[in-house]
Amino acid sequence: MQPKLSLLTDELIARILDEAYQLLLKPGIKVQNPEARELLESAGAQVDQETMVARIPGQLVHTALESVPRQFQLFDYEGNARVVYGGDAIHFDPGSSGISVLIPETLEHKTAETPDLIRILKVAETLPQYDAQSTSVVCHDVPKDLHDLYRLYLVMLFSRKPIVTGAFTNETVHQMIDMLSIFAGGRENLKEKPRAIFDVCPSPPLIWSNFGAGNLIALARAGVPAEIVSMPLAGAAAPVTLLGAVTQHAAECLSGITIHQLAQPGSPIVWGGAPAIFDMRKGGTPMGAVETAMIDSSYAQVGKSLGLPTHAYLGATDSKLVDMQAGMESAMGALVGALSGINMISGAGMLDFLICQSPEKLVIDAESIAMARRMVEGMKIHTDTLATGFYEGVNFKGGDFLKQKITLQLFQMEQHMPSVVIDRDSMRGWREAGSMDTFTRAKIRVKEILASYKRPEIDPDKERDLHDYVLGLAKESGLETLPLLDEKNPLPDA
Amino acid sequence: MSEELYKEMAQSIIEGDSDKSVELAKKSIELQMHPLDTITKGFVVGVNYIGDQFGKGEAFLPELVMAGEAMKAAVATLEPELMKLGESREVMGRVVLATVEGDIHEIGKTLVGTMLSASGFEVYDLGVDQPAEKIIGKALEVDAHIIGMSALLTTTMVRQREVIEELDKEGLRPRIKVMVGGAPITKDWFQKIKADGYSEDAIGAVKIAKQLVGKADA
Ligand code: B12
Repeated sequence: MQPKLSLLTDELIARILDEAYQLLLKPGIKVQNPEARELLESAGAQVDQETMVARIPGQLVHTALESVPRQFQLFDYEGNARVVYGGDAIHFDPGSSGISVLIPETLEHKTAETPDLIRILKVAETLPQYDAQSTSVVCHDVPKDLHDLYRLYLVMLFSRKPIVTGAFTNETVHQMIDMLSIFAGGRENLKEKPRAIFDVCPSPPLIWSNFGAGNLIALARAGVPAEIVSMPLAGAAAPVTLLGAVTQHAAECLSGITIHQLAQPGSPIVWGGAPAIFDMRKGGTPMGAVETAMIDSSYAQVGKSLGLPTHAYLGATDSKLVDMQAGMESAMGALVGALSGINMISGAGMLDFLICQSPEKLVIDAESIAMARRMVEGMKIHTDTLATGFYEGVNFKGGDFLKQKITLQLFQMEQHMPSVVIDRDSMRGWREAGSMDTFTRAKIRVKEILASYKRPEIDPDKERDLHDYVLGLAKESGLETLPLLDEKNPLPDA
Repeated sequence: MSEELYKEMAQSIIEGDSDKSVELAKKSIELQMHPLDTITKGFVVGVNYIGDQFGKGEAFLPELVMAGEAMKAAVATLEPELMKLGESREVMGRVVLATVEGDIHEIGKTLVGTMLSASGFEVYDLGVDQPAEKIIGKALEVDAHIIGMSALLTTTMVRQREVIEELDKEGLRPRIKVMVGGAPITKDWFQKIKADGYSEDAIGAVKIAKQLVGKADA
């Protein structure tokens, strides 16, 4: 039995949805994209073109909810299903779109560039805890027009895993879909077996921006999965109460799904988010706060009550260093996400309010993710009797169970074996190994991973096509060659 | 008598009570108190107090924002009186604030605006996704001392530079000073685009703004 965290009663879920539907009518949703307004209006919503406010009747939403797929999958480079969106499946991916990286030697937060993203990709590729890659940092050594798609380019070259990504403009979303199509062997194939999902954000409170709604529509029509990342910031851009924030989240998602399904019924879409409480002393958006995790867990429960696939941002920290606070907040988030049965839990590796990524933190987070997964496997019944069958030959002597075959047979099914990042050594052993703290051990682990990483074999023709396509866009932005990627694996022209 | 009233005024701001601050402003008009005195000896004292408390971590954002609202309401009530006298309130400086074009992140910029208003600046907040012409146009219209620009995306931060270049081209600097902020804005970036100031948070933004208008705290 998969243990579940439930913060809401059925009655409360019904109230949340009821009020969310009320919000769709009053004050309504501000829809800044003309095409989205048109879709809503012709389907029967009342739209004020002046204020751009749409009042969306429940019936419209119900119809949309009927056509949303309850489950879909993401595929790896070879076309194997690797990620299930739907039910209580849980997966983790690194937090996305960081601006800087933590330099482990100097502890400086340095603006991210190509080699930084590649390091993160190699680490996330190697660790089995990450079922998907993300376009985790923006590389500042390429022109800004390329920022979003260049990340995807690197992921496609250095990984075979499914990808959680996002576009920064209405134009680049099409280019990124083109890039994925090159590897998939055409748009139809990509639709059939999508490798990537795109985050799309409403703007709190209750706004679908021109940009956000535009990408919803583009993704729906391309049949490429969209992940709504609604961010009620409780007390600043949403009601201060956690339940109020969950209700606003529902209204933002319901309106997004309605626009999306009107554009193309049956296209895959996810009930997701990155909410936070608002810190009233500093004005920040703490991703590691327990209340933030409570909002996530609750809205996931609401989404599940509608039978929808779910996503959340959990497992990140607001600490600036990979320290005790980082460990505490990240592990707590991972555990809450896992226990809530959230299909995709994004955020690993992230420090400082989703601004800074760290490969060292990624390897530590992988340990808490593994522990959270173990928790979710729950209590298992392996034997006919729970205990009584174990005592033959045990003469009230500690240590005797070590002699039993069954101990050897079962211990690996009962116990998750952490990597060397987790210290369970004796004082002597710990001292002899260099008296290292977690961060130091993580630094060593990252070095080992980087040394042993091998780039996946990718069809050279596809690689060349992708390279040429991206280079074409780069040239339009004034870049003559794409930055050198890896001395060991030179790419065509690189 | 007026000492008592000043105290009540300050208190109405500290409590963020707009009804009360307006009522007191009206009362001061009836009593024919000088509106400038009312502002500086009464209401401003409350705003300064809350601002200090916030800086020390002893007041919270909603208190600060509500104090700002109460202040605005009181000043709006007194403004017609000032006009009649042909006088104007002395402000720290006029600031045009906006999030740059292509960027819809609003909250940080709004907080900076709140803190600046609370500290005696006159703030014109244009909102998000604002093109250079609009920002510069408004700055000229209100004869701003400072343009403050927020950018939260690495793809939009370059817009800050565009505004600065445009100002330089028009010969509007150093008359108009520029300060920048937002998640991706670093010291390096601020130096590279030759802005006049930057800050990583709203309290720092006020310090910088005061320096830029030559009224830095001792
Ligand atoms: C909330 C949020 C949103 C909300 C904004 C809602 C709103 N109404 O404002 C929404 C959902 C709309 C959003 C959208 C997107 N976002 Co966003 N967002 C955030 C988030 C989580 C918090 C921002 C915030 O409000 N912080 C709280 C305020 C108080 O802090 P602040 O803004 O930093 O402001 C303080 C200081 O910076 C400074 N300051 C700010 N402005 C100024 C100005 C001056 C003059 C001065 C002196 C100081 C100053 O003082 C402020 C007060 O202390 C940040 C992460 C982060 N930590 O910044 C991501 C973040 C900025 N977003 C990000 C991204 C990628 C996006 C999207 C592209 C996502 C997508 N794929 O659709 C879109 C872009 C939309 C667009 N075109 O603008 C990335 C940026 C990545 C990058 N490399 O550029 C970030 C870093 C998160 C991440 N890792 O993914 N986002």
